[in-house]
Amino acid sequence: MVMLTVALIAFAMFQFVGDPIANMVGQDTSLAEREQLKEDLGLNGSIFTQFGHFVKNAVQGEFGRSYRLRKPVRELIAERFPATLELSLLSAFLALLVGIPMGVFTALRRDSWLAQGFMTLSLIGISLPTFLIGIFLILFFGVMLQWLPTFGRGDVVDLGWWTTGFLTISGWKSLIMPAITLAIFQMTLIVRLIRAEMLEVLRSDYIKFARARGLRERSISFSHALKNTLVPVITIIGLQIGSLIAFAIITESVFQWPGMGLLFIQAIEEVDIPIMSAYLLLIAFVFVLINLVVDVLYYAIDPRLRMD
Amino acid sequence: MTLLKIEGMRVEFPSRRGSVVAAKDVNLELASGEILGIVGESGAGKSTIANAVLDLLDPPGIMPKGKVFLEGERIDGLSLEQMRKIRGKRIGMIFQDPLTSLNPLQTIQEQLVETITTHLPMNNKQALERSIEMLEKVGIPEPAIRIKHYPHQFSGGMRQRVVIALSLCAEPDVILADEPTTALDVSIQAQILDLMRKLVKETGVGMIIITHDMGVISDVCDRVMVMYRGDVVEIGPTRKILGNPDHPYTRSLISAVPRPDKRLHRFPLVEYIEEAGVPYKPIDIKTHWLGQARDFDKPKSDHLISIKNLEMRFLTVDSVFKSKRKYLRAVDDVSFDIREGEVFGLVGESGSGKSTVARLICGIYKPFGGQVIFDGTDLTALGSRRVANHYRRQMQMIFQDPFSSLNGRMRVGDIVAEPIKFHKLASSNAEVKSIVNDLLDHVGLGAIAAKKFPHEFSGGQRQRISIARALATRPRFLICDEPTSALDVSIQAQVLNLLKDLQEELSLTMLFISHDLPVIRQVCDRVAVMRDGKLVEVADTEDLFEAPQTDYSRHLLELMPRLEGLSGAG
Repeated sequence: MVMLTVALIAFAMFQFVGDPIANMVGQDTSLAEREQLKEDLGLNGSIFTQFGHFVKNAVQGEFGRSYRLRKPVRELIAERFPATLELSLLSAFLALLVGIPMGVFTALRRDSWLAQGFMTLSLIGISLPTFLIGIFLILFFGVMLQWLPTFGRGDVVDLGWWTTGFLTISGWKSLIMPAITLAIFQMTLIVRLIRAEMLEVLRSDYIKFARARGLRERSISFSHALKNTLVPVITIIGLQIGSLIAFAIITESVFQWPGMGLLFIQAIEEVDIPIMSAYLLLIAFVFVLINLVVDVLYYAIDPRLRMD
Repeated sequence: MTLLKIEGMRVEFPSRRGSVVAAKDVNLELASGEILGIVGESGAGKSTIANAVLDLLDPPGIMPKGKVFLEGERIDGLSLEQMRKIRGKRIGMIFQDPLTSLNPLQTIQEQLVETITTHLPMNNKQALERSIEMLEKVGIPEPAIRIKHYPHQFSGGMRQRVVIALSLCAEPDVILADEPTTALDVSIQAQILDLMRKLVKETGVGMIIITHDMGVISDVCDRVMVMYRGDVVEIGPTRKILGNPDHPYTRSLISAVPRPDKRLHRFPLVEYIEEAGVPYKPIDIKTHWLGQARDFDKPKSDHLISIKNLEMRFLTVDSVFKSKRKYLRAVDDVSFDIREGEVFGLVGESGSGKSTVARLICGIYKPFGGQVIFDGTDLTALGSRRVANHYRRQMQMIFQDPFSSLNGRMRVGDIVAEPIKFHKLASSNAEVKSIVNDLLDHVGLGAIAAKKFPHEFSGGQRQRISIARALATRPRFLICDEPTSALDVSIQAQVLNLLKDLQEELSLTMLFISHDLPVIRQVCDRVAVMRDGKLVEVADTEDLFEAPQTDYSRHLLELMPRLEGLSGAG
């Protein structure tokens, strides 16, 4: 249902954003050639047939040809998708790896100076715009220290269906800065979220009862409190990972990362509608997928949902 | 043998504006096989004592003075790790709300086994055996199967049994039970109290029960300690304290407890209790605003309200097919009549459908079937909103929870004025204002209350605001859904007195819903008993209490705490 609605919006873009033929052809193309092109692109049928076509093709992964690059959109996306996915997954991993322990720590040792320091840092992290962090990182590590490359993916290994930067040193080097840039906002969000939720859980009756039974402090904090903390937090984390993939645009532009975000930005500049609509659909699909995973995780963690 | 001894305990909660002293000069001794009750109203500092013993005070609470001895050995000021070894192993604790004191994500087995292996030298297999044994001991049927279940799969009473098993599983010598039965129904309460009494006698542990309920005290305790605002008022054998208390606070507290055994006209005025408010001033109903335009002087029949075959179902399993849908029959073929000017009680345990009936009568729910006839008109078949409003004005409701039934962002004056404006009962804003002030004055709050917000008032005062709001439409019929069950006994006595005065003065008809039989006996003229959505018995109150006709009513009455040896105060 969600996908169909998004498909409709994506499709509507074709209808409302000008005549694609005018963008594609030069001034000296004859009228007959234009008609021919129109026929080829399937722009002559009724709106419903066109939409039917669009959905049918989209399901098969066929989004037409880019107006600008004259290449099938599927190929373009397939080229760019691994870059974005690797970037987002690494930064999500970083955000969780650092964010969860920091959140737990700040909740358990609320008054220690280290926890206060973390909270201050997270406030800075949440307030600084992503591009600024990226530019500072480039300035410091790329320009001043010259340790890390400032743009691109470095050398990538082509696995046929996937290109990865994980297998070369230069690939990792190029990945680090964009991944950190992208992770910082998520990380600070996770820290604050976990901390708030965990403080709530630590005040609950069952934690107090666990204390009164003399259970070990470590068991109370991690197996009792943390698990209960994660139940509501999972939803947000899931959505955040979705938005990492979707909104890596800014980071990708700052680092000239050859991912989908960059492709999308360029497509907007050129009114390259097939790419825009394909991107829209793909992101919607990712969100739906993540929501599904979140629901399954819920089910695994919370026995109360396993009724009936 | 003395198990637990507290000497000169003082507990403070420091704040920016100086410390609040939650308990002071507490001295007590607990022998093995003894049940000591600590009784007092909210804010008396009863729970604080138990928490301080186990070093579980909520921050920023501290215990600046006092000594705690466990079997002669001092245990206050121990390190965190030493204290942890005492918790659960030597002193067990039971909390009030069984619905929230178990970890919802772990099975009962995980929680029991972890507690046992933490304290006793057992491996997981032995611990599991012991867990099953414990569940059996606290009366959980089929313990070997039930142990694999999660807390949400148990009812409230069963969960409290699990909590007790958890507190006892490492064989503590002392048990601190903080309001162990407050959240439970009377029949479950009786079972749990029985169980606790049995465990104490069998195992020879010492138990401290903290409660606000005199019934619980008289039922199980050997000795009682009465607390008032952090002070120990008196301590002694249960019989002596309940029957012949020395201190005036204890006397007034006991006189405020609704008596199950005989009906009094009203609760004796209790001294020693704050916020008694403005003394009740009778009004002249002929000239007062509340008496005006009572356009319903002549009832069309004896019965103001008749309920005929009322039925309500809640959808529990939805399906596209009508035949596959499952319903919970919350109200099942209920019929009764309420006479003009009487107080009609509706009693039953939780889940019996009594609140649903109230909601059906005043139109919050639409009935599945049946009729609600108010003064000759079937309210379930009303057409327009305008006609409905005419009847709505005549019936008002007072809810149980005084904290959530008032909009926290409105001033009290606006809350009370709202119904007056809605039903256009006053011609000018100035008139509305004077009516509001008058009403607030009449319920004992004083006109000054109009300018404040609800959070500035205590539970009892908020319930008075609710009453003022209900009176603001000049109603003829008042539905009170557990109006005092969230309140302390002394406050309850005041609110019930107020309701009674108003009822007599304005000749209101009332539907009074409660699970508390002694309260029903003090307030109602006639009573209906409900169980599982069905009506069990309707009788005059005195008849029901003296000669119940059905087994279920008899059963409920038997469970009612006797309060034997209660002093004649009042």
